[in-house]
Amino acid sequence: MTYSFELPLLVLLILTAGGAIVVKDLISAVIILGSYSFFLAIVWAWLGAVDVAFVEAVVGAGLATVFFLLTLFGAAPKDTLIRRTPPPIAAVIALPVLGLLLLYAADDLPAFGDLQAPASVHVSPYYLQNSLSDTQTPNVVTAVLMDYRALDTMMETAVIFTAGIACWLILRRRAS
Amino acid sequence: MVELIQVWLSRPNFIAFVILFLWGLYITVVHHNLVKKLIGLYLVQTSVIFFLVTTSAKSGATVPVLMSEAGSVNPEMYVNPLPHVLTLTAIVVQVATLGVSLALVSAIYRKFGSLHETEILNRLE
Repeated sequence: MTYSFELPLLVLLILTAGGAIVVKDLISAVIILGSYSFFLAIVWAWLGAVDVAFVEAVVGAGLATVFFLLTLFGAAPKDTLIRRTPPPIAAVIALPVLGLLLLYAADDLPAFGDLQAPASVHVSPYYLQNSLSDTQTPNVVTAVLMDYRALDTMMETAVIFTAGIACWLILRRRAS
Repeated sequence: MVELIQVWLSRPNFIAFVILFLWGLYITVVHHNLVKKLIGLYLVQTSVIFFLVTTSAKSGATVPVLMSEAGSVNPEMYVNPLPHVLTLTAIVVQVATLGVSLALVSAIYRKFGSLHETEILNRLE
């Protein structure tokens, strides 16, 4: 009963992911990938992660799609070669084994929504109980991101700055 | 076996994570088009973030925004905020690395005139 809303979304998620890979036209694939990101944002909002859902809708669905489209406008927008070479043996053997190991390990994970899961009882109650008196911010995610872990966020902006410089260095046209 | 299937059905998010992760990884390894490889890589990244966000869920809990200013907070009323914070950073860094790899792809296209891996390798020789 809990999953009645989420299961169709998960099916849509897998269908859009498959569509983004199967479609031959690269621009269509990128647009389908954008819809995949939006479905992911809806699932996250349903799970209670509204901040992550906002960021995924803006950065994942918006900015990533724009990056893909900018690349494709300067390049060939068709996945032209129909001829498929057989996949390497290592991938065909190793990935199903990895999948079976992951599914085998599912039993040891805490059940979905478990109140006594290790992630929920160790340090996170401290932040929920004390963040309002420490930082005067009702949104706990903002309090942790911008106050307790502000140094991490600053280094994140350094990473984005480095990525911007790298893009500029790669894409500038040299005067030869 | 029936027990194992029940274990899987009680964790639908984990099953979706496994499918998306393996599919993306397979495409990243096998596909010959560079943009398709990056789409596979994007699927891998988002599926891992999806798994991390799933660990933050608590049944019957609401979004981690405190409702009343006064009194002590019951942690079981709000979902775990820490995975949200970590994945916020991860999403932004993911898109930054995606931008750099797309810049590399478009520089490769400018030089070799193709996005296909084997054609590029042929022109390198």
